Amino acid sequence: MLTKRIIPCFDVDQGRVVKGVSFIELRDAGDPVELAKLYDAEGADELVFLDITASSDNRATVYDMVSATADQVFIPFTVGGGIRTTSDMKTMLELGADKVSINTAAVNNPDLVNEGAYRFGSQCIVVAIDAKGVGEGWEVYTHGGRTPTGIDAIAWAREVVERGAGELLVTSMDTDGHQSGYDIPMLRAMSEAVNVPVIASGGAGGPGHMAEALTEGKADAVLAASIFHFGTYSIREVKEALSEQGIAMRPVADRD
Amino acid sequence: MGANPFLVVVDYDAGNLRSVERALAHVGVDATITADWADLARADGVILPGVGAASDTMAKLGERGLTEPLREYVASGKPFLGVCMGLQALLDHSDEGGGQECLGLLPGNVRHFGFDHLKVPHMGWNQVTWLREHRIASGIASGSYFYFVHSFYPDPADPDLALGETTYGLTFPSVLARENMVATQFHPEKSGEAGLAIYANFAEWVREAA
Repeated sequence: MLTKRIIPCFDVDQGRVVKGVSFIELRDAGDPVELAKLYDAEGADELVFLDITASSDNRATVYDMVSATADQVFIPFTVGGGIRTTSDMKTMLELGADKVSINTAAVNNPDLVNEGAYRFGSQCIVVAIDAKGVGEGWEVYTHGGRTPTGIDAIAWAREVVERGAGELLVTSMDTDGHQSGYDIPMLRAMSEAVNVPVIASGGAGGPGHMAEALTEGKADAVLAASIFHFGTYSIREVKEALSEQGIAMRPVADRD
Repeated sequence: MGANPFLVVVDYDAGNLRSVERALAHVGVDATITADWADLARADGVILPGVGAASDTMAKLGERGLTEPLREYVASGKPFLGVCMGLQALLDHSDEGGGQECLGLLPGNVRHFGFDHLKVPHMGWNQVTWLREHRIASGIASGSYFYFVHSFYPDPADPDLALGETTYGLTFPSVLARENMVATQFHPEKSGEAGLAIYANFAEWVREAA
């Protein structure tokens, strides 16, 4: 049976993981490769790296990270942040990323979705949608949730899938950072609007929230950062809790 | 050759080429990435990777003059592994993109999932149930999880070709095997320990056969 996926997300600045990841067993908690290996061993189904490096002068740092991760981690991983052209996509995919995620760049230039899907295949084009509730629906925000666009999020989801997006990474700006649960009505509306997998993001405080997103919210995968990075829950604990609720999970292998 | 077999990964710009190379390196195998037919002719083992569209795959193999050398290699009886599109390319025909003739090394077709009630592509981790014994499956429990990304699935004309099967809306053969050929619909290079074991088993097979 196809399992639901648990996806830890890392913010990376100049090739280093930021946002206080605290793991005592790691020599270097800022090293993305070490973290990726740890989460892989813990049962992560995929990984997402979000590059928040402000200066484009420092792109080489993320290139090194992507290549080193691909050398040592054998589960799929996605890289987002700073990808504005098909040439940026090509660079990341050739370095070893399995998928690239685009957000603001897709809103500014929707043809980028078509071009990316045409050149590299839909399976590696993830469109990230940041949205906030407005009236009965949800509005797309860009630039890390700072800029409203006036675009209806559900219509946008349909459009990018038509253009070739293979997966949607949907973050609610209303629930993000609060650890009080994902935006279930939005996830559900999004998932029902498209026929590609939807990754729920923003608001995970524990396995109960993830279960809601995967059942009522109809998401195919859940992404979380803080609860894993701060050790509130391990991936193993989350997977065991979700399995107990009857949600299909890939079991975590026992370590020797 | 024995200790240092000549293992070739066919280079036709497939998206997962480098990932396959990395997985092989991780299990201690030095592979040669090549588009040279002469390398195929003297290889002890060949891996055909693949991601993307059937038409694109067949066009690129054709442009690089690899179609016949691949057929000849398989006929030589030496170990061959196809991955994802590298599996689909082995069959007679794919329904993708209005229809595409493939290599015809295994009888059967490649069909679209075409579900309304399930998302397509079939993307994520799913189980493979072994239907019989095979050295490629050595040490890998039946029911192990592998990473899939595909919208089309193999529908071989001979049901005995199926070595492993997977269920997504319908049950399809996710691993095909006949004589010296094995092919997986999933991506072993992205399937953690179970996937690496596939490459290790293949490398062992190549080593013994060399």
